[in-house]
Amino acid sequence: MTDTVTRNDELIDGIYREGAPITDTKAPGGDIADKWTTRKFEAALVNPANRRKLSVIIVGTGLAGASAGATLGEAGYKVKSFCYQDSPRRAHSIAAQGGINAAKNYKGDGDSVHRLFYDTVKGGDYRSRETNVYRLAEVSADIIDQCVAQGVPFAREYGGLLDNRSFGGVQVSRTFYARGQTGQQLLIGAYQALERQIAAGTVEMFARHEMLELVVVDGKARGIIARDMVTGEVETHLADAVVLASGGYGNVFFLSTNAMGCNVTASWRAHRKGAYFGNPCYTQIHPTCIPQTGEHQSKLTLMSESLRNDGRIWVPKNAEDCDKDPREIGEDDRDYYLERIYPGFGNLVPRDIASRQAKNMCDEGRGVGPAVDGVRRGVYLDFADAIERLGEDAVRSKYGNLFDMYQQITGENPYQVPMRIYPAVHYTMGGLWVDYDLQSSIPGLFVTGEANFSDHGANRLGASALMQGLADGYFVLPNTIRDYLAKGPFTKITEDDPAVAEAVQGVQDRIEKFLSIDGTRSVDSYHKALGKIMWEKCGMERTEEGLREAIEEIRALRTDFWSNVRVLGSAEGLNQSLEKAGRVADFLELGELMCIDALHRNESCGGHFRAESQTEDGEALRHDDEYAYVAAWEWGGDDEAPVLHKEDLVYDFIELKQRSYK
Amino acid sequence: MRISLKIWRQDGPADDGRMVDYRLEEVSEDSSFLEMLDLLNEQLIDKGEEPVAFDSDCREGICGMCGVVINGEAHGPERTTTCQLHMRSFDDGDEIIIEPWRADPFPVIKDLCVDRSSFDRIIQSGGFISANTGSAPDAHATPVPKEDADRAFMAAECIGCGACVAACPNASAMLFMGSKVTHLGELPQGQPEREARVLQMTAQHDLEGFGGCTNLGECSRACPKGIPLNVISQLNADYRRAGYGGRD
Ligand SMILES: Cc1cc2nc3c(=O)[nH]c(=O)nc-3n(C[C@H](O)[C@H](O)[C@H](O)COP(=O)(O)OP(=O)(O)OC[C@H]3O[C@@H](n4cnc5c(N)ncnc54)[C@H](O)[C@@H]3O)c2cc1C
Ligand code: SF4
Ligand code: FES
Repeated sequence: MTDTVTRNDELIDGIYREGAPITDTKAPGGDIADKWTTRKFEAALVNPANRRKLSVIIVGTGLAGASAGATLGEAGYKVKSFCYQDSPRRAHSIAAQGGINAAKNYKGDGDSVHRLFYDTVKGGDYRSRETNVYRLAEVSADIIDQCVAQGVPFAREYGGLLDNRSFGGVQVSRTFYARGQTGQQLLIGAYQALERQIAAGTVEMFARHEMLELVVVDGKARGIIARDMVTGEVETHLADAVVLASGGYGNVFFLSTNAMGCNVTASWRAHRKGAYFGNPCYTQIHPTCIPQTGEHQSKLTLMSESLRNDGRIWVPKNAEDCDKDPREIGEDDRDYYLERIYPGFGNLVPRDIASRQAKNMCDEGRGVGPAVDGVRRGVYLDFADAIERLGEDAVRSKYGNLFDMYQQITGENPYQVPMRIYPAVHYTMGGLWVDYDLQSSIPGLFVTGEANFSDHGANRLGASALMQGLADGYFVLPNTIRDYLAKGPFTKITEDDPAVAEAVQGVQDRIEKFLSIDGTRSVDSYHKALGKIMWEKCGMERTEEGLREAIEEIRALRTDFWSNVRVLGSAEGLNQSLEKAGRVADFLELGELMCIDALHRNESCGGHFRAESQTEDGEALRHDDEYAYVAAWEWGGDDEAPVLHKEDLVYDFIELKQRSYK
Repeated sequence: MRISLKIWRQDGPADDGRMVDYRLEEVSEDSSFLEMLDLLNEQLIDKGEEPVAFDSDCREGICGMCGVVINGEAHGPERTTTCQLHMRSFDDGDEIIIEPWRADPFPVIKDLCVDRSSFDRIIQSGGFISANTGSAPDAHATPVPKEDADRAFMAAECIGCGACVAACPNASAMLFMGSKVTHLGELPQGQPEREARVLQMTAQHDLEGFGGCTNLGECSRACPKGIPLNVISQLNADYRRAGYGGRD
């Protein structure tokens, strides 16, 4: 993407400017079913002998990064791989529970590439790009073959064939799983393939290294600046291309189901260097998480949504009953609100709807469990009926590990007392904007997995993130990046190139700045404060008024951070406060952009619910005439308004419809 | 609840390190063990003292990043990861002693953080199936008996935390290695490299300075994923077979 920005000087709504639209996403022409084949054929080949002269940096070793690293290493490119954990095996993909989708149609229940494509576009509330989603569905089956060949122990039936289940409200069984540990097993497969390439010498691994800056030379991504988190050394790594597979940014909310270290720094640094950020406000809030118990809480834990297949969700009808033992509240005094409002789908309505209704109940004062900040934020998920109908043993064999996890965390026995659940931030559909080749608006910078703005539109279906990460890393990126690399090796650059020196200096200055402010508040206290603003005003329900307040509050918090944060210790050696400071500083900028994006999108779609845009029944109301586009934001500069580039979403193969779950 | 703590503080790999006493008032029993350490760190920062360095990431018991020795036990008194341990497992007024994993192949980086890259190098030496991307046959081409698949899965649950090594008086990593050898060795896809795998991984294990197994079983008792000792039997059996095969 090299469109020059024609900046319209006028500020829109006082918060942003509009630049040139994006008109070419680089997808080839022809029928949707042929596009990927065409692209693979047209992408230039690189002679095997030349590959080892071409170097690629990959930031991230989750499903999207480890799979790409292994595959490019096998092909013979020179790969450098980075992660912030002590081992590539610990990337947050490891925590995924439920499963991975693939259009194998092993159950013979009418699944197909086209149906998976259709379900994903519809699930995304018609805000994703058709061409990319079709390709995702097309390569999905190859993922399963690849993983099985690596030894991923998927669940099997007695006949020895792979088992499938249905997931997330679709009508076919296309989800492959490995008990409640699908992410772990897939990641270990990719990790082992990556380790094999490390042993072979094609991949060099840099664990406990954090990318803190992107190096752009002559308009092309040519490397990164990373900090060795053990020695504190600031290092320069140069290459012919850079891939970001650095995951999602749910931790902008402080409390989320993400791992403690998940961050936006890699993406945000690239954004500041010119990479557009796509749909930052699209966040997924998962309905079945364990509620917060107090201020000490550091993260939230997801409970697989399969629980909604048998559990019934309710709150007391009367606020006075909220602190009673739930077993003493009679049937007549319970409000099974999802069954009441959505008699068709009941407890199985999509994630966004289930989440919003739980919030509504608690806002009405009918939440249960301990009050945090004066409000009880929890609803019951009750298995009493299921236990009576199926027996405790059957319930145990289906959900035993989830029940144990719940008991471990809450100290309550869910076989006897109903579980308490509450929605939590879980996934970010937004991310760096990429074209059909997964290339960002900076040539030579590719983005894969949850870090890109992805294939999920405004809402992601269950079991599709694992599919996308591995599709990108094993099958898509290795084919598209070669077209770029075929133009290389690019002019050799050295560490004393002015652009490199400037990037290094910037990183060092920032580290020094953090350590010298010597204020009074810890990094975590700012992170929590930001999280509260985001959750209250840019969370499950967003209003113009709330978003405008949030923007002002975030700006004030950011100013305070830069004058009053306290980071102890030194730049040398391991310093976890310093690491956090860098991440929170970037979240403080991202949070503002998320609110601006949410404010400008005056419609409700998928996970983005604007209170101003709802049907008479309180359901999300899209405005396709105005908002059927991807919002790709260009960094405007410090204290400058961001610039919006619209990529119109063209639906040639699927008809747009309003979702209904009544 | 009120807690007294004795925590290992070590500025860096070259520092000698020492135990330091701390006291915490008003710890919620609903908080996790690591949230208790978060609370301590917030108070240390308030006082202008450097916080205690410790590793964690997922805090869901699956990534294997966390792990400290608590009152002499790897991951503490419950059979779970350090991050899944909650303060309700302790009593008001308890003294809790917290140390890093202690084993030569896991050198301390700072305070409670250790370097476990030796585990990655063991995997590099053979803990994989060589299957280049794009070369795989259809997933249903090779059915796998459910029993074998289940046993492979059981062994594949290892999270690479290192508690087995920390618990073992010999600092042996045989449980970790046995879980990988069993995971891949139970599957048809893992057969072609089965012998080479066990020989190479064992050689790397010894090179890293991990000790031999003397069947004490401490590893399995400390393992948060309940990996059973019989994966070590399988490791030994595979090793013997591969060794004889090699001599023929
Ligand atoms: C609890 C939970 C359950 C889930 N369950 C499912 C499910 O059942 N099915 C499904 O499809 N999806 C699920 N998801 C979503 C899915 O797991 C993720 O979207 C996906 O795994 C992301 O993969 P990734 O490779 O893009 O990123 P990640 O796995 O998050 O990896 C990010 C990598 O980037 C590295 N990194 C980040 N920043 C930096 C930096 N600055 N410098 C250096 N390295 C950096 C990290 O070290 C890590 O290696 C779940 C998510 C969660 C949180
Ligand atoms: S075998 Fe158990 S204790 Fe050892 S590394 Fe694996 S999970 Fe941890
Ligand atoms: S932090 Fe991931 S297992 Fe404990």
